[in-house]
Amino acid sequence: MSSATPVEPDDRAARRAAWRASLAVGLAVSAYGVSFGALAVASGLDVWQACVLSLVMFSGGSQFALIGVLASGGVAAGPAAIAGATLLGLRNGLYAIRVSPIVGPGWAKRLLAGHLTIDESTAVATAQPTLVGQKIGFWATGAIIYVGWNLTTLLGALVGNLIGDVSSWGLDAAAAAAFLGLVWPRLRALQPVVVAIAAAIVCAVLIPVLPPGLPVLAAALVALVVGLPDLFARRSHALSSPRPDAAGGDA
Amino acid sequence: MTIWQIILLASIAVLAIKLLGYLVPPRALEAPRAARTAELTTVALLSALIVVQTLGAGQALSLDARLPAVIVAAVLFAVKVPFIVVIIAAAVVAAVLRMSGWA
Repeated sequence: MSSATPVEPDDRAARRAAWRASLAVGLAVSAYGVSFGALAVASGLDVWQACVLSLVMFSGGSQFALIGVLASGGVAAGPAAIAGATLLGLRNGLYAIRVSPIVGPGWAKRLLAGHLTIDESTAVATAQPTLVGQKIGFWATGAIIYVGWNLTTLLGALVGNLIGDVSSWGLDAAAAAAFLGLVWPRLRALQPVVVAIAAAIVCAVLIPVLPPGLPVLAAALVALVVGLPDLFARRSHALSSPRPDAAGGDA
Repeated sequence: MTIWQIILLASIAVLAIKLLGYLVPPRALEAPRAARTAELTTVALLSALIVVQTLGAGQALSLDARLPAVIVAAVLFAVKVPFIVVIIAAAVVAAVLRMSGWA
């Protein structure tokens, strides 16, 4: 887990490296909140609703999933939208287990850390070799993205209100590309690639058959079918934390 | 259900999962099946969302400017172009195709 090293000469270098990674990842991801804000208002949310999602849910994949289902199915697809966002948020629970020793004891601190536990804060933290670097990586990345992501969500929502029809600006394609960017770094072994292709096919086949939102949930079953018996596993791999170069994706 | 109810319920659920993780002892991650299946669930959901967002038009499939845009995005991700640049490129491709009347 966390390799705790006492304060040493390379302590400063480790701190600096953690800060650099946090800033680079944090600023890149924050910029992308603009597209969330714009797409959220295009999906029928008002500016406040877009902002509440970024403030409280604060998990890019889940946020995009929710507004994506609402855009295709409206309020009637609400239960499917909630289920999709929640399932996509499951990985944050795994990240929390993983970074919990980095955060350390104290319930107030852990409550705050919980809110900031996302792909990028976990990725930057676990990529640092020292405990002090891991702490800086987690808190700095989480805080920078929290502030940046919420500001850019507001900006995007205001801009989205102005530009109106998002499809003529290609924002619907931007959302598809965003999902692609989130899944891309996870496709480094045969097993996830098989799951991704199978889930895509299942979803495409079911879109004309099921109400909006449900095809996505049905496609998630592919993960159970492959994951529980561990099919297509070339080598055993425990939980792979998101890699630092995976960051820049989800908030 | 109103949009506000949907937003608040989903937000609370996602936040609760994060907080619950801090109550679980780190040893739990040594059970590889749960961790593996959760990671694969993320992959399956994202992949399905790409399909909905690229081909979906309500309850129908539609081939339009979005597909070439996503293909361009895949190529750019493959050559490690930064995330935000790829997103913008995808939007530009779709917008240009629509403006020029090709898709």
